[in-house]
Amino acid sequence: MSDIAAADESLAEIVETRSFRALAWRRFRRNRLAMFGLAVVIILVALAMIGPFLVQDPYKQERLLSRTGPDSHHWFGTDQLGRDEFARVVYGMRLSLLVGFAVAGLQFFIGVTLGATAGWVGRWIDVIITRFIDIMLGIPYLVLAFAFIAVIGRGIGAVILTLAMSSWLVTARVVRAGFTQVKDLEYVEAARAVGVKGLRIVWRHILPNVIQPVIVLVAVGVGSAILAEAALSFLGVGVQEPTASLGLMISRSRSFFSTSPHLLFFPGAAIALIVLGFLLVGDGLRDALDVKD
Amino acid sequence: MTTFIIRRLLQLLFVLWGTMTLIFFLFFLLPDDPANLIAGGADRTVDAQVIQNIREKYGFDKPVIVQYGKYLKGVATFDFGKSYRDGEEVTSVMKTRAPTSLRLAFWAMMIEASIGIGVGVLAAVRKYSFADTFTTLATAIVSATPVFVLAYLITQVTGVYAFQHGWPAWARLPVQGFGPNKWYLGVFPAPSQFQYLVLPAIVLASVSTVIVTRLTRTTMLEVGRADYIRTARAKGMRERDVTVHHALRNAMIPVVTFIGVDFGTLVGFAILTETVFNLQGLGSQVAIAAAGRDLPVLIGCTTVIVLVYGLVNLAVDLSYAWFDPRVRVGGVK
Amino acid sequence: MPFETLLQVENLAIEFATEDGIVHAVNGVSFDVCRGDVFAIVGESGSGKTVTAMSILGLLPTPPAHIKSGQVLWKGEDLLQADKERMRDVRGNEIAMIFQDPLTALNPVLTVGRQIGEMVELHRGMNRKKARLHAIEMLALVGIPEPQRRVDMHPHEFSGGMRQRAMIAMAIACEPQLLIADEPTTALDVTVQAQVLELLLSIKKELDSAIILITHDLAVVAGLATVVMVMYAGRQAEMGDVDEVFYRAAHPYTIGLHDSLPRVDASGEERLQPIGGQPPSMLRPPSGCAFHPRCRFADLAGRCVDEVPELRPLGATNHRAACHFAEDIMASSIANQNE
Repeated sequence: MSDIAAADESLAEIVETRSFRALAWRRFRRNRLAMFGLAVVIILVALAMIGPFLVQDPYKQERLLSRTGPDSHHWFGTDQLGRDEFARVVYGMRLSLLVGFAVAGLQFFIGVTLGATAGWVGRWIDVIITRFIDIMLGIPYLVLAFAFIAVIGRGIGAVILTLAMSSWLVTARVVRAGFTQVKDLEYVEAARAVGVKGLRIVWRHILPNVIQPVIVLVAVGVGSAILAEAALSFLGVGVQEPTASLGLMISRSRSFFSTSPHLLFFPGAAIALIVLGFLLVGDGLRDALDVKD
Repeated sequence: MTTFIIRRLLQLLFVLWGTMTLIFFLFFLLPDDPANLIAGGADRTVDAQVIQNIREKYGFDKPVIVQYGKYLKGVATFDFGKSYRDGEEVTSVMKTRAPTSLRLAFWAMMIEASIGIGVGVLAAVRKYSFADTFTTLATAIVSATPVFVLAYLITQVTGVYAFQHGWPAWARLPVQGFGPNKWYLGVFPAPSQFQYLVLPAIVLASVSTVIVTRLTRTTMLEVGRADYIRTARAKGMRERDVTVHHALRNAMIPVVTFIGVDFGTLVGFAILTETVFNLQGLGSQVAIAAAGRDLPVLIGCTTVIVLVYGLVNLAVDLSYAWFDPRVRVGGVK
Repeated sequence: MPFETLLQVENLAIEFATEDGIVHAVNGVSFDVCRGDVFAIVGESGSGKTVTAMSILGLLPTPPAHIKSGQVLWKGEDLLQADKERMRDVRGNEIAMIFQDPLTALNPVLTVGRQIGEMVELHRGMNRKKARLHAIEMLALVGIPEPQRRVDMHPHEFSGGMRQRAMIAMAIACEPQLLIADEPTTALDVTVQAQVLELLLSIKKELDSAIILITHDLAVVAGLATVVMVMYAGRQAEMGDVDEVFYRAAHPYTIGLHDSLPRVDASGEERLQPIGGQPPSMLRPPSGCAFHPRCRFADLAGRCVDEVPELRPLGATNHRAACHFAEDIMASSIANQNE
């Protein structure tokens, strides 16, 4: 029994009668950091959507304005090629969010599909999928990413595919574990016994029970994917010039940081802010949904 | 116990084989002709006869499966072939690169363990205090900041600003290279080496330290709710002794697991740190090899990383038994 | 002095701040425990029995718990006002606790011997070596075979009954004058239960101490207790000597507990009667007598709904009950007994 056993016990009935989702949302709302993260995410997504109508042309080079500091015309200054840094940061965030959501989407789709297949079907399919995940997790993901990029080339699509390759592993593992645990529980067996079809059982009875940790993983996954894209682009194997990618922007202007710190600060802060937003939301969800690490 | 170790080593061999095979066949899906690379790269047109000679010499004219068999045979005798780029023996590349990576990872692990556990315990003990909230926010910010941004920030301060403004010698740290590369007993830096180690180790440790801090805080709080902690309090123990003697060891079980597993990651993830600080480690070598499609070096360095990763995991599992008496290694009592 | 009062709890009230509001877990509870007593606190989970016991040793986490009023007098000294230093001295040394589930209440990574030895290291200043010897002695005392070998084992290597014995060995290591046992047998097999209870009794005799026994098992109470306190929704429903409460029950809840108990002397046709309805919500307890929604005898149009019944003495003994119709109900339960 926990230390506030009595209170807990008498609360149990109250808690149960209220819908879990409402309770989770209430817990989330009370978490200041999580709400801050959610606000950041919403603002940045909005900025990414309407940004292109507001900012200047991110590709227009003004040779006379190389690496000028922030002023009223160029809010974030200009980069080494005289391009408006604010416009490039906004476009860079668009790209970051695109990569983040695409990778997280694939992570969710592949992870849940393969994890559910392994857990539900079992047998040799389970063995193959599990072994494959083991091998893939045995290789640090940046190394894996390099190997893939060497093969499928560079660019946004390649980056998304590469990151998705390693992003689904843990998700699939969690889903599989959830399935193997839930599969033999009484209510699932009961559903089977009264003739409910397999897929329907999976959909109605099992998925809702394993989906909570997956939601948390995916929320954090968006942030990780954005960080990883920045890293790959920084290392020169991700998105290529002249596309505005935050990691690439930092990499390209790295010899000018001591004289033009704004070229490090603005894109760096932009990455940190997006990722922070998603991490805080993920943390908040973890607490609100009561998911164990 | 012995059977357990043998089984795990066999599993590791399987993973190593899987990694090699994966990279090997991915490589042959490439549109480029490796012979072209060896002859001098894709930019220049090379004499067709030269290419032909290279093909025959390296066996690129044979079917992929034959080349694969030949490669595996070489690997079995610890011959990982020669670099396509400069013809250097891959085993010698591995030998020169690995120590840098391992030393760096070792010290990063020391930083992550001491700072991460220390701060995590403090945050848990003073739950909801200012220090705790600050820790939560600070860890979130650090984990959201890309390693290379962090690295540049640090180097701007200690490497550039410090020199410009005449800071004391200990605060002015070199930001390039690994210096004289002098070590005692393999891992302890010589005094002249120390200043070169500090910044890369801190940068490499940053992300892991944050994870350890958060993990420690969570598990300490979880353990704090356990019945046996209440029992310890009911005995009349001081709060500090309850934390040190009863909570800490239980809370350390998942933390130590993470730190162990993370060592392998530190070896592999050093790519960014090595790039920023211009160090000659395995990670940056993998990056160069992948960019230059230098298959033997790519496989060789990846193998070392995966091997370290696997061996450390095994060591962690073995050390479990000490931390958690409920666990019998290999499940056999 | 045979009736020396060790513990006096006066008008104790405890609240918990929860996400959904304030829970009044304990409401004005008073009782005395004398040397030699086995004082049983009976009630459903959530009735406040564990919270009451934990508050004696100051083990409730504050917050969320908050002691609103009352005194816990340990040999005349109010423990609720005692400083940390003094509390630590009392815990384990003068009052010791035996917890419900020995598997989770013992630290999994420390040997049983260390956990017992810690007690005497703390309170008697013994060194580790002496403490280990003392632990062996204690293990032998609670009837664990091969104590020299067992002392260095971990809790998971013990069986359930042995774990509870080890837990008891730990509790009595400093010869406390009061043992608080929180459902000490709930996690055990029926046969082991009896052995453990017997052990508790013999130890009480040996130490000339008292026991507070928290349980929801009336059978345990019947066999062991001298005084019983029945709790419902954070209040005392009934209390008195065990025979009084058992044979002259004056609160409908006590009768309900009785009827839900299997009886050896019952004829085959009589069915067990569970208490109808749900345990009360502690967040929004029923008005008046908290038991009235489940009570067979309740006057639903009158006092039972409007007025919280006071705990009143019944006759000359220490028998007391908190029911508006206590006298009538006692009379009818006496009549039932005689049938």
